[in-house]
Amino acid sequence: MGKTLFEKIWDKHVVKQIEDGPSVVYIDKHFIHEVTSPQAFSGIEKRGAQIFRPQQIVATADHNVPTMQQELPIKDALSKFQVDTLIENCKKHDVELYGLGHKYQGIVHVIGPELGITQPGMTIVCGDSHTSTHGAFGSIAFGIGTSEVEMVFASQCIMQSKPKVMRINIDGTLKNGVVSKDIILYIIAQISASGATGYFVEYAGSAIRALSMEARMTICNMSIEMGARGGMIAPDQTTFDYIKGRLFAPQGADWDKKLAQWKELYTDADAKFDVEINIKAEDIDPMITYGTNPGMGLSITGKLPTVESFTDATEKQNYEKALAYMGLTAGQSLLGMPVQNVFIGSCTNSRIEDFRLVAGVIKGKQKDPNIKTLIVPGSQEVAKQIKAEGLDKIFAEAGVEIRQAGCSACLGMNEDKIPAGEYCISTSNRNFEGRQGAGARTLLASPLTAAAALLTGKITDIRDILN
Amino acid sequence: MQSLQKITSRFIPLRIENVDTDQIIPARFLKATTKDGFGKNLFRDWRYEQDDETKPKADFVLNQSQYSGEILVAAKNFGCGSSREHAAWSIQDYGFKVVVSSFFADIFKNNALNNGVLPVTVSDAFLQQIFAQGAKDTLSVDLEAQTITIDATGAFEKFDINSYKKTCLLNGYDDIDYLLSMKTEIEAYEKANQ
Repeated sequence: MGKTLFEKIWDKHVVKQIEDGPSVVYIDKHFIHEVTSPQAFSGIEKRGAQIFRPQQIVATADHNVPTMQQELPIKDALSKFQVDTLIENCKKHDVELYGLGHKYQGIVHVIGPELGITQPGMTIVCGDSHTSTHGAFGSIAFGIGTSEVEMVFASQCIMQSKPKVMRINIDGTLKNGVVSKDIILYIIAQISASGATGYFVEYAGSAIRALSMEARMTICNMSIEMGARGGMIAPDQTTFDYIKGRLFAPQGADWDKKLAQWKELYTDADAKFDVEINIKAEDIDPMITYGTNPGMGLSITGKLPTVESFTDATEKQNYEKALAYMGLTAGQSLLGMPVQNVFIGSCTNSRIEDFRLVAGVIKGKQKDPNIKTLIVPGSQEVAKQIKAEGLDKIFAEAGVEIRQAGCSACLGMNEDKIPAGEYCISTSNRNFEGRQGAGARTLLASPLTAAAALLTGKITDIRDILN
Repeated sequence: MQSLQKITSRFIPLRIENVDTDQIIPARFLKATTKDGFGKNLFRDWRYEQDDETKPKADFVLNQSQYSGEILVAAKNFGCGSSREHAAWSIQDYGFKVVVSSFFADIFKNNALNNGVLPVTVSDAFLQQIFAQGAKDTLSVDLEAQTITIDATGAFEKFDINSYKKTCLLNGYDDIDYLLSMKTEIEAYEKANQ
């Protein structure tokens, strides 16, 4: 029987299979950031051990960094201490750091791919659940805890049980106004926030093949939001074209050799998946979430479920809890509802293509005067590209300020937060209670839908603007 | 890592589904560089009004004095979302040794096991039986036998854990000790796959 893409890469990286236990899996690339690494560094030091393969680690500072005046010291003392600790640890252990002020600094899941570090067939980990982003290149990439960061420090390996495999096929052509963020929000709304727990997901089908690398990354990024260990897409010409010529991409003869290997990375025709799901691209509308987990999403023209539609008592209670937090009513429509904030950024949607999409919508128009914005490129490179393409002028003319690279308002950890009780249309990945700041109400959507709200101050069907 | 074998304790019932790690420990508390002291901020925004420790929310179960114990029992899909191990640290630091649910998110499960906190997956029906017990009733968890028992009724269920992780937990070993002992094999793998 043939193998799935996942199995091909997994099997190649198993150093040892422990009987009735996990596999010891070799890790090719390890990304680290300031939040989930300090205890791993101190752990390794306490054991008197060394970092086994420091040259396979790349570090950046992203979660804690301010997105304005990055040249000044970080104001929050604890944030500053954490970022300084990363600098010190990287120096001490000889780890490459693209820290604040470095031209390659940015959100860890944005910089890995754009620097050509992320490549097909690799195993990649990071102490961050959105590591699944890198799966867009046909790699096995997943988030780990700090104990596991320490494991990789110590041995360049990790102990993992082999997950089951799921394939989600999306075939057909996306409707106008529908982008990759809508695909993934649609999938999660269909299968729930726990629908892929225990699985590694491969996304396939003609609608996926038609997507750019940026768009594929958005989909793989949110795999964790349905509980999946990770998500991946088989590499193809789009992937190879994206990687070629990037800073850390293979060169010359090495490129040819790697390319030949990468072309073998696909699921065999007779390979078996534990679960297979088929979706028609034409069924997907612009999506938006209404609740407090990413599975609580609907078409922008849809209505919230009624309370009666929940038969299970706990589920009903949880739905009512979410509605109370969000200040919404069962059965209502979201269209036309005023919002106070728009956040465009995060490892889900902060790449150059996202800014092109938004610029295309707002060009020659003015933002709604009541809307507060946080528009945050994913990396210094993205920020540079925005300027090179003149997109910054389009934003400026619309009355919108572009900030500096970082995780920003995705997680309520740095200075960028959404005030309690206010709504935010956000291109990020999580609408959990308090995620964007205590009491903040997050509505997850695509960059296009966010751009529409930027102009109108309300939840708006982007198709009304595009048509 | 602390070892864990058998435990009999009252439990704290958290009848909430999809408890994400942002609720367990909000991101603003992740700025520490050590593993200590996270318990006081466990479920911070569900526990206190306006982030104020002098204003506990009466309707939240950790603030209800009738409930106590070293076992946390939660509705399905516990620990979803962010991979932050700080969630496991805060649960452990608060004093929990076991978390029971009908469904756990993967990363949380690993993080818990790596910190000597045992995640016990039970059936939906058994979870409902536990939730139906009173505040003074106890649960017994026996890792060696892989059983969880409602002591008042004697009802019990077997739970799964792979034998490697079980041995680690029973003895307080961690994966890093194991991996450090594998250096030669790892180097051989690297050589063969260059």
